[in-house]
Amino acid sequence: MTSIQYALVHSLPEALLALGALLLLMIGAFRARDGRDWLVAELAIAVLGLAFISMFFQLKSSALVWGGSFVDDAFGRFMKALALAGAIVSLLLSLDFMRREKIDQFEFPVLVVIATLGMLMLISARDLIALYLGLELMSLALYVLAAFDRDNSRASEAGLKYFALGALSSGMLLYGASLIYGFAGTVSFDGIAKALNGPPGIGAVFGLVFLMAGLSFKMSIVPFHMWTPDVYEGAPTPVTAFFASAAKMAAVAVTVRVVTTAFPHIVSEWRQIVVFTSILSMAVGAFAAIGQTNIKRLMAYSSIGHMGFAMVGLAAANEAGVQGVLLYMAIYLAMTVGAFAAILSMRVTGTYVENIGDLAGLARRDGFMAFCLSAIMLSLAGIPPLAGFWAKWFVFMPAVNAGLYPLAVLGVLASAVACFYYLRIVKIIYFDDPARAFDKASPAVTGVLAGSSLLIVLFSFYPGPIAAAAADAAKSLF
Amino acid sequence: MFGFGILTGLVFLPLVGAAFLLCLRGDDEATLNNARWAALITTIATFLLSLWAWSLFNTASADFQLKEGHGWLGGGIGYKLGVDGMSMPFVLLTTFLTPFCILASWESITTRVKEYLIAFLVLETLMIGVFCALDLALFYLFFEGGLIPMFLIIGVWGGKRRVYASFKFFLYTLLGSLLMLLAIMAMYGVAQTTDIEVLLKTSFPASMQKWLWLAFFASFAVKMPMWPVHTWLPDAHVEAPTAGSVVLAAILLKMGGYGFIRFSLPMFPDASHYFAPLVWTLSVIAIVYTSLVALAQEDMKKLIAYSSVAHMGFVTMGLFAMTTQGVQGAVFQMVSHGLVSGALFLCVGVVYDRMHTRDIDAYGGLVKVMPLYAAAFMIFTLANVGLPGTSGFVGEFLTLIGVFGVNSLVALIATTGVILSACYALYLYRRVIFGVLEKPALAALSDLSPREIALLAPLALLTIYYGFHPGPILDASAASVDLLVRNYDAALSVAKTAALAAH
Repeated sequence: MTSIQYALVHSLPEALLALGALLLLMIGAFRARDGRDWLVAELAIAVLGLAFISMFFQLKSSALVWGGSFVDDAFGRFMKALALAGAIVSLLLSLDFMRREKIDQFEFPVLVVIATLGMLMLISARDLIALYLGLELMSLALYVLAAFDRDNSRASEAGLKYFALGALSSGMLLYGASLIYGFAGTVSFDGIAKALNGPPGIGAVFGLVFLMAGLSFKMSIVPFHMWTPDVYEGAPTPVTAFFASAAKMAAVAVTVRVVTTAFPHIVSEWRQIVVFTSILSMAVGAFAAIGQTNIKRLMAYSSIGHMGFAMVGLAAANEAGVQGVLLYMAIYLAMTVGAFAAILSMRVTGTYVENIGDLAGLARRDGFMAFCLSAIMLSLAGIPPLAGFWAKWFVFMPAVNAGLYPLAVLGVLASAVACFYYLRIVKIIYFDDPARAFDKASPAVTGVLAGSSLLIVLFSFYPGPIAAAAADAAKSLF
Repeated sequence: MFGFGILTGLVFLPLVGAAFLLCLRGDDEATLNNARWAALITTIATFLLSLWAWSLFNTASADFQLKEGHGWLGGGIGYKLGVDGMSMPFVLLTTFLTPFCILASWESITTRVKEYLIAFLVLETLMIGVFCALDLALFYLFFEGGLIPMFLIIGVWGGKRRVYASFKFFLYTLLGSLLMLLAIMAMYGVAQTTDIEVLLKTSFPASMQKWLWLAFFASFAVKMPMWPVHTWLPDAHVEAPTAGSVVLAAILLKMGGYGFIRFSLPMFPDASHYFAPLVWTLSVIAIVYTSLVALAQEDMKKLIAYSSVAHMGFVTMGLFAMTTQGVQGAVFQMVSHGLVSGALFLCVGVVYDRMHTRDIDAYGGLVKVMPLYAAAFMIFTLANVGLPGTSGFVGEFLTLIGVFGVNSLVALIATTGVILSACYALYLYRRVIFGVLEKPALAALSDLSPREIALLAPLALLTIYYGFHPGPILDASAASVDLLVRNYDAALSVAKTAALAAH
């Protein structure tokens, strides 16, 4: 096998997505009538699906290709599978929505594919340049997606806000990266790890802080979370689902990879950042969500809190901790796409509604949806025997065993507070008197809702394989 | 079957019934009746299965029996079930009482019947699971999972302030449990497993024990409930439907006591010894204070709820005496209280179904129109007081003896609680049953229906039977309790020797 073939074999999903995106763009440009979508969304799902399937036929070894800036390992494959799954589901959710809202231009699925390509690059990045390239490829596509419903002022506002703050965070990240390069003399993660071996200088730590700030922005971790509620609320709901699922996977994956492979010798330096932001995120996620009435805003605060919980695992800074983060993200993915599928089922006489009050008495109108959404909410709250409980279990366990007791105690207190607003939704669904009935949701939306709820409810019966896969993936980083 | 044993069957049989109910379609009266029968048959089948398990159980052995284990999460966390003499009585209590809950809701629940029955069946699965789990992670799963169906039972089918009560119940219990969760994780860090059998043999460092004990205490004290974290209980009881109150008082509260016996005492003996005075203090406060509070109640359910807190005080007091009588008495008291308090809530349900009020003042003179009811209520009231000849006496007496040898002052104060319990229970009885029948609405009340007789008669018979012949329960737990006390004393003497050697 020549080296270029070898490289291509190890970056097969990326290659498929890149080719697919170009092809889809051509199909859209030549076949779409009045800019309306012509099968491009369906084909985009197929392309993403192909990339997803191709990962199972890839070599199972780890390899460093493309001049050492791209790594293909078990960790990357695990997170890529999640990101691709998130993208596929988001597109599935978008089909009906975009048509109803009359914004089903063919550019939308193409942008999703490009953003997903950026995510995969980001997950596999092994040096700072590749990281930045992947990040920007993803972000630029996301900015456009946020404002895709351009005649809607809220969506435009969301896009603009996201762009302005995103550009700022990219700048910070770039600044941090250049400082790290300056003090380590290399952009490669391995080189940085070698150079920063021992007590680090203040300059390198400075760079690390800025790098973490930029990454925290993408993960929507406090204090870089301000964009999240507005963008979640303003963007078209399938786009929000995409932000909350696939984009989060990539951002968390790259953060985990950067800190564990580029800075393994200065754990205490980055751990305090992670602990601090994690506590803040859990607290903000728990308290700020209590007063929300818009369910998309509520999900935004919930996602801030959940990212804080995921970081609890990272703070442990060991293999078990990373395994916890991976499992957390996998379970969070199932919960969040399920929640957004439920939000997309909230349609009254043809109009999408977003108020929590619209769910009142759902149990008596649509028992199935009520059950699914309640299971998702209780799972987000981390109540056993639902999957969300195991997510928390696997991140708190390494943190406790690493002696991070204050973090763990504050974390569980925050989760008890957060439980209140998840319970409130269950209360509205089951205890209150019925409000207006929802229209029948599209089969794709119902399917996603049912599928994710099934995963959440049945996870406890057979958690072994995914726990083992996550353990395997975590091992490849250490 | 399929490598699973009888306990798995016991745990998941109610879930099968729930799945069957889920498949029932239609809302007409015939379907609802079918649903009720299906639920009743499922719970009775579960009870029969538990009797079979009981027949396979060897009471002479202190080991865990009927064990089964399977890989689950990997890394020391497995799916493992088993029972010993301290959990078997609770399994039987659970399976015995659940059919009564279904039967008690036969006519009083008319809205969303199917969901109600499903919630109860799921709850039964989780409750049996708590008492059968031999893995701490699995235990926690069942322990906290039980909150969900109970939350719905209180919130959907409860009284006026049901939302407040259900939230309070959920969040109070959750907060306590979460601290226990962290302790479980720390224990995993030491033993690298959550297998209860292994953890029972692991000795945790003394300094760590105190923290672990406190974390477990936070959870079980709320669940028991002990003073001062008992305030969720009266609210939950008052708002819950009758069957919800029965399950809450009879079984859910016992999980706290069971947790103490299963985890706190054997796993953290040094800490248990260290904190025993704290537990005694809280227990006697609970016994005296909540008895006084019960005297002042105007709501029948609230009164019984406070009396439950007082009776649970005897349990914690007896447990932490760590003598054979004390612990056996506590186990007996829990089983007996399960029968008696469950029956008392059923009694309240009987008049509530007729009058739709629980105000004590709304009643009076019922003996004239409901003689059978008066007799049944009398038996349970006296059992609640702890009259010799009823099961209530045995538990209270044993726990008092148990603690007397260790700390007579505690026993002295606790005994006043027995007197107080006679005050509030008889006061309640007099105001509801005796007196002049002057309220016209009461004159038309019918006596117990055959269904209600079927509900109360077995409980009354058992209450009296165990009062005269407590042997079955005491023998069942004797071997396990002996082992517990012996290991506890051994651990303490080791700690004492170590402390002396250090000097």
